[in-house]
Amino acid sequence: RLTEFHNLQELRQSASLANKVFIQRDYSEGTVCKFHTKLPSELDSRIEKTLFEDTVKTLNNYYAEAEKIGGHAYLEGCLACITAYLIFLCMETRYEKVLKKISRYIQEQNEKIYAPRGLLITDPIERGMRVIEISIYEDRSSSGSSTSSSTTSSSGR
Amino acid sequence: MKNCEYQQIDPLALGTPASTPTSTQCAKNKSHRPRRKWEVFPGRNRFYCDGRIIVARQCGVLPLTLGLIVVTSVLFFIFDCPFLVTHLTICIPVVAGVLFLFVVITLLQTSFTDPGILPRALPEEVTNTERQIDNSGSVTYRPPPRTKEIIINGEVVKLKYCFTCKMFRPPRTSHCSLCDNCVERFDHHCPWVGNCVGKRNYRFFYTFIVSLSFLTSFILGCVITHLTLRSQGDKGFLQALQESPLVVCFFSIWSTLGLSGFHTYLVASNLTTNEDIKGSWSTKRGEESGNPYSYNGIFRNCCAVLCGPMPPSLIDRRGFLPPDVIPRTVASGSELHPFMAKNDTNMCTQAPKKLLETVAHSSLVHSTCTSATPKTALVTQEFPFNSVSSMLSPSNTTQHPMDKACCQRGNNSKGPPYSLSHSPLICSKVPDVSFVPLLLLC
Repeated sequence: RLTEFHNLQELRQSASLANKVFIQRDYSEGTVCKFHTKLPSELDSRIEKTLFEDTVKTLNNYYAEAEKIGGHAYLEGCLACITAYLIFLCMETRYEKVLKKISRYIQEQNEKIYAPRGLLITDPIERGMRVIEISIYEDRSSSGSSTSSSTTSSSGR
Repeated sequence: MKNCEYQQIDPLALGTPASTPTSTQCAKNKSHRPRRKWEVFPGRNRFYCDGRIIVARQCGVLPLTLGLIVVTSVLFFIFDCPFLVTHLTICIPVVAGVLFLFVVITLLQTSFTDPGILPRALPEEVTNTERQIDNSGSVTYRPPPRTKEIIINGEVVKLKYCFTCKMFRPPRTSHCSLCDNCVERFDHHCPWVGNCVGKRNYRFFYTFIVSLSFLTSFILGCVITHLTLRSQGDKGFLQALQESPLVVCFFSIWSTLGLSGFHTYLVASNLTTNEDIKGSWSTKRGEESGNPYSYNGIFRNCCAVLCGPMPPSLIDRRGFLPPDVIPRTVASGSELHPFMAKNDTNMCTQAPKKLLETVAHSSLVHSTCTSATPKTALVTQEFPFNSVSSMLSPSNTTQHPMDKACCQRGNNSKGPPYSLSHSPLICSKVPDVSFVPLLLLC
């Protein structure tokens, strides 16, 4: 059931938070920042698989670019070492530049793709780069949340 | 309010749009002044300069380290340099001065930089981790299994669940019990530096110990030269000895050189002290064929560790707290918890308008603060000596004689003669490790 919102403003005004989904980190290639691209089941009905995968893959590419060990990184590192790392005081590192790009990209994705579908992506940097948090919103006028499956069992252990 | 370990964001406490909560002190403070995130940081750290500088609460012997370095160098400049300049060359104090600056700057950077602390999981994330759906479709909440196995570059790696931070620790991350934080690429907690050494400040630490080795070797060499030249003259050897910082350098040179050698080995094989001590990757004696993080090349490993990109600080010390949300991250220090049942709708459904405003505001706040936050990581190099000296007790009473130092600079005045050993104060659960002879590892 797709709830239509036309933009983020409308989302804020008329929707209520129903659930949050967390996309975990993919450590198969080491400690580089990379997220799983598999669409979680809660979002199946909300967004097309390809769109979601594209978003996550683009984010992964951005992080790979930030953490790339190449000529530019060596230069930055050596220069920093020679100045006793004092250039970090004055200079914005490449990583920070890429993080800004990521922030803009997520904002853009939210506005164009996710908000119209009642979803909101939180920048991973706000969650310690551990998860991509996707908030699912329901139209306030619609009945209840999509995950009200709870039969809560008491602590009978 | 239920008696639970997790401090949930209570929907009722968020308040309705009309009312202003006046009963709580927090709310009062917030209405006067927006608070920064460092003020509610759950770990055992201290912050100075409005969150720009972070140090561990147990600063260890940082003032002593700094004092020894400064005093030794000053004595050298006062007593030895004039003689050597007249007899040899002006380069000597210049080189010593440059090395001294390097040492002090990198020491302070190591101490005041966030080592790579991971922020604790927020309540919704914790709920998500703990939610387990059993066969009958009912939802229960309980702590997840303690370890989770994943495969990294063909090697099986176990990720442990951190009960304090309520998350599965990323690979190479360890929880420092002194600082009560999970630190990425945790190397060790260095009492001499008064901070953990982790992903973000390892290069500062390495530069510090290498330049310190150079400095002590240089001073030692110059002083020996001085003594040699002088003892050819009128004064006796013993008198000359009293005037020089020879003794301090003599005792510290072994440990600093040894430590530098050890860490050079670690850098070349892309290992952390933690992993090396635990023997995580050595399948056979002396081999690290199993290290999945190594780039299989000494030069590449060195470049990756030392010249790699500088990751950002994840804890956003100087960011502002959203004004309406009472900051409730998971409680620290909680151990095993009894099984708790939680209602799904209580967990996830919040006062709609408030939360949306919060989300909107926090994304706004973050975007306005993004220009500010990069600078916070950069401005950690300010070193107000006042705050350094007021920082705290030099003696760390929890130290065993064995774990006296990670870089044993030599505290010759205190007694027992030096041993060629290096036993860093490692906080993750390492059994009592006896001395690891440095030379065997180099």
